[in-house]
Amino acid sequence: MSDHDYQPSSKLGKWFNDRLPLLTLSNHLKEYPTPKNLNYWWTFGGILTFCLITQIITGIILGMHYIAHADLAFESVEHIMRDVNYGWLIRYVHANGASMFFLAVYIHIFRALYYGSYKSPREVIWIIGMIIYFLMMATAFMGYVLPWGQMSFWGATVITNLFSAIPLVGESITNWMWGGYAVDNPTLTRFFSLHYLLPFLILGLVILHIWALHVPGNNNPIGIDLKKPSKDTVPFHPYIVIKDLFALLLFLIVFAFFVFYSPNILGHADNYIEANPLVTPAHIVPEWYLLPFYAILRSIPDKLFGVIAMFASIFVLVILPWLDTSKVRSAIFRPIYKQFYWFLVADVIILGYMGAMPAEGTYLVIARVATGYYFIHFLIILPFLGFKEKTLEVPLSIAEPVLGGFPNEAATKDTYNIRKNL
Amino acid sequence: MSESDNKKPNRRDFILTATTAAGAVGVGVAAWPLIDQMNPDASVKALASTEVDISGVQPGQSITVLWRGKPVFIKRRTKEEIDSARAVDLKDLKHPEKDEDRAKNPEWLVMLGVCTHLGCVPLTDKGDYNAWFCPCHGSHYDTSGRIRKGPAPTNLEVPKYVFVDSKTIKIG
Repeated sequence: MSDHDYQPSSKLGKWFNDRLPLLTLSNHLKEYPTPKNLNYWWTFGGILTFCLITQIITGIILGMHYIAHADLAFESVEHIMRDVNYGWLIRYVHANGASMFFLAVYIHIFRALYYGSYKSPREVIWIIGMIIYFLMMATAFMGYVLPWGQMSFWGATVITNLFSAIPLVGESITNWMWGGYAVDNPTLTRFFSLHYLLPFLILGLVILHIWALHVPGNNNPIGIDLKKPSKDTVPFHPYIVIKDLFALLLFLIVFAFFVFYSPNILGHADNYIEANPLVTPAHIVPEWYLLPFYAILRSIPDKLFGVIAMFASIFVLVILPWLDTSKVRSAIFRPIYKQFYWFLVADVIILGYMGAMPAEGTYLVIARVATGYYFIHFLIILPFLGFKEKTLEVPLSIAEPVLGGFPNEAATKDTYNIRKNL
Repeated sequence: MSESDNKKPNRRDFILTATTAAGAVGVGVAAWPLIDQMNPDASVKALASTEVDISGVQPGQSITVLWRGKPVFIKRRTKEEIDSARAVDLKDLKHPEKDEDRAKNPEWLVMLGVCTHLGCVPLTDKGDYNAWFCPCHGSHYDTSGRIRKGPAPTNLEVPKYVFVDSKTIKIG
């Protein structure tokens, strides 16, 4: 690292940098040595930053036109859609932006799971990431309440009622959260306030997340520690910047497809009916990105334990660095973990599907099995696998398989197969 | 510092502990208004009771009124519904309550239309007991509003109410 050696070229730059070393920081970000074998799954950090900034900008604009009042909120959203110049565009970007944000964060999380990015020395990065993820869910939930449609109101009712499962103080807590005896105007105004606040907390945590990342540096597809800088690294700019921007462009195609061609496909028609505290919609479903957790909640027949299981399913991710006992990071060198990884992916997708289906009959049975497997994966399979699994030989550097005279450049991708064939 | 580990607390330690404790109490006192402002306010509490005219409700009919932002079911039960509610063995109930205790005037059943699971409004004259059924997560209630099947932990709550006269119920 050359952070301490850096000197601005201009006199003014040096004068300023001696007083506030911003130029040193920007030089660090530019020169930051990055593993040269990062694949496209590593571009989602940049994409997520873009998503956060987009949500903050569109959100601030929507806040200029939206009215947080139970009698006016629904109408003010229609006003944004029909009257405000480009209001329809800004709202659709914000609403679909939330879904795109979660799409990207799920890819980002599952990339970390595959390549073992949560393992030592990156536990703190992972935990900050999980806090961000949790805050994202809280922010998205409160944002969904603001249009004050039927799904807004009843989603808010169901989710806040989760806390009524707490013994003894449950009712006091829900009344405190509602500011009344049911979801009503006081609930709406505080949700608006918090929905505005939380993205900035997330932004602060993102800065910590990146700071913590820059201490050990990026993990990489083969999951080995690198000497930095070395033949195994490239400077962040321009190599990674250009690659991230290209990936962002591809991501924006998907984003734009939703915004311009099917802006309501990820929402629910019921939310275009104004909130009515006397009628519950026939089928309450949360937004797609919360469905797996909703399925876990409903699969437990007891109210309190259902809520505990739902929160535990997130908490189990927080302690993952200590549940996975394997010293080898990347799944490329863990043939058995690799299979369980894909079982987990399938399991979460099944849970998501079951969360959207009615909680009865076969659906309920499948949801229960999938819930059980989810916890078995993290609490039983991962701790044991670390001791039992025979991992494959890990190369000493990214360059080793290539420079060692191996014929195929794909060696960096799957070193073992090539070695095995020798 | 190592020698101070075994030492008895001196006056400096005492002052540190005392000021920290006083500071913690001060922070707690200052935080309480910030927390308590979120509790139901005076205007919400002022709407604590509501009077309902029930003269137009026919036997077998049910009306829904809003009380404290929540729906309240007022059901004028038929003879068969009362009989079926009173015939139930308490041992069959997840949350044992006698119908006599839930409906003082057996013809009138007054209860919150809020599912005790996660707060949805149950549908009237639906479900396995042809009484109340919650569409959200499938809780079935009987003709006394007692939970019989599904995830809800308790019976539908009976609020405080009085018959002001033969035509009026005051809830709250």
